[in-house]
Amino acid sequence: MTHKQIVTATINGELTEFLCEPHQSLLSCLRDVLSLTGAKEGCNDGNCGACSVILDGRLVNSCLVLGVEIEGREVTTVEGLAGWQALTPLQEAFVAYDALQCGYCTPGMLMAAKSLLDRHPNPTDGEIRAWLAGNLCRCTGYDKIIRAVRAVVPGTAVAPKTAEAPETADVLQTVLETASVDQVKEA
Amino acid sequence: MKPFAYEAPTSVDQAVTLLAEKGERARPLAGGTDILVQVRRGFHNLDLLVDVKRIPELVRIDYDAEEGLTLGAAVSCAVLCEHPTLQAHYPGLLDAVSIIGGAAIQGRATLGGNLCNAAPSGDAIAAMIALGGEALVAGPEGRRLVPIASFCTAPGVTALRPGDLVVALRFAPPKPHSGAAYVRFVPRGEMDIAVAGAGAWVALSPGGTTFTDARIALSAVAPTPLYVERAAEALAGQAPGEDAYARAAEAAQEAAKPIDDMRGTAAQRQHLVGVLVKRALRAAVARAGANHAGTGMEA
Repeated sequence: MTHKQIVTATINGELTEFLCEPHQSLLSCLRDVLSLTGAKEGCNDGNCGACSVILDGRLVNSCLVLGVEIEGREVTTVEGLAGWQALTPLQEAFVAYDALQCGYCTPGMLMAAKSLLDRHPNPTDGEIRAWLAGNLCRCTGYDKIIRAVRAVVPGTAVAPKTAEAPETADVLQTVLETASVDQVKEA
Repeated sequence: MKPFAYEAPTSVDQAVTLLAEKGERARPLAGGTDILVQVRRGFHNLDLLVDVKRIPELVRIDYDAEEGLTLGAAVSCAVLCEHPTLQAHYPGLLDAVSIIGGAAIQGRATLGGNLCNAAPSGDAIAAMIALGGEALVAGPEGRRLVPIASFCTAPGVTALRPGDLVVALRFAPPKPHSGAAYVRFVPRGEMDIAVAGAGAWVALSPGGTTFTDARIALSAVAPTPLYVERAAEALAGQAPGEDAYARAAEAAQEAAKPIDDMRGTAAQRQHLVGVLVKRALRAAVARAGANHAGTGMEA
């Protein structure tokens, strides 16, 4: 009755063809079929936001989308943000402002924040908080995340409080510069 | 998740044929924010999900000053909230549409889905009842209009028959001197489900001195979103003001049949109905005052 279907979609800018079961979630297709393990499974029912991706310009919970639904559509995951050498300003801000601890919510937070900034380049703190309400973080208490997002809003950045924060970014830069491409791919 | 088949027809007729063939073992898939969670939890035993988002009629928004508003059942909340016509003429609907879930749910959730999920707490259902909305339903025997006030028959149960598909939601053009609003009580600002909610629609006399018509609907205080028939009687001919709002609030409290559950107690909900009906009426009257003759009729 049900058999695998071929789905063709643009994922992170690349035309991609994959096979999946009709009942398989987009999250499962990304992680288990396409090995794009950035999007995370948290609640698997649309409450936690760890699986957030951008589908045709809209933020969605990939656990609540079927893989077969994205035929002909465009999906951006956290893997689609940075190049090999350079993080996006938003990602750099997450590093500089310590906007993560365990990191499990981070891919979803980044995609949610990106979708907010794509639509509303100058959000207020209240708008940032409201937009990120669907993304749960059990480590940071959210303030660092809000500050990181605000850091990329022109004219509203507050300097990172800790002296170590820029060093963290430097360390990451060093890792990216010294690691071979293969190592980065394996990581 | 139990395996099921998936079809994405491009016409209403194809969708109805697919749904009718499988009967109770098929469901439409719009935003998926309820149905996929329910299927995953084993609430439904389905052989087929029919994705209705490739059907042009279900993803369209049409507004005409004579015919009113027709919203495709599968338009996402995010798209509805950004639509200038809805912002200008149906702010009372957007009050409810904009508070369903967070940003990622907004990107997928639909009015058709909210209605068919038939949750007692469905914010948009109460708002649509207050606006006097109708659901355009296509089925094996053709098309029919179902008043949204009588669409939900029990928690999760609707007036739909096997093979039926909600195509669109329809609303009259806004009358001059009319306004609507929806408010709810939630402990969290976002990503929450109503402890209680109230939608109000009012029409005032040209001078704004008396109510000529009104509709009030409640959420999360009965087995279905509830149309309060007696509230209109309580307001008709009255002058807008706290006395009239209190009478309508009392009628709503009499109609409400709240229960105790994890979100609140029956007593708290009974109290909230009074508070929320008054708030909704104040907001609706303020909008009616701003909606002078003619301004509501331009597309």
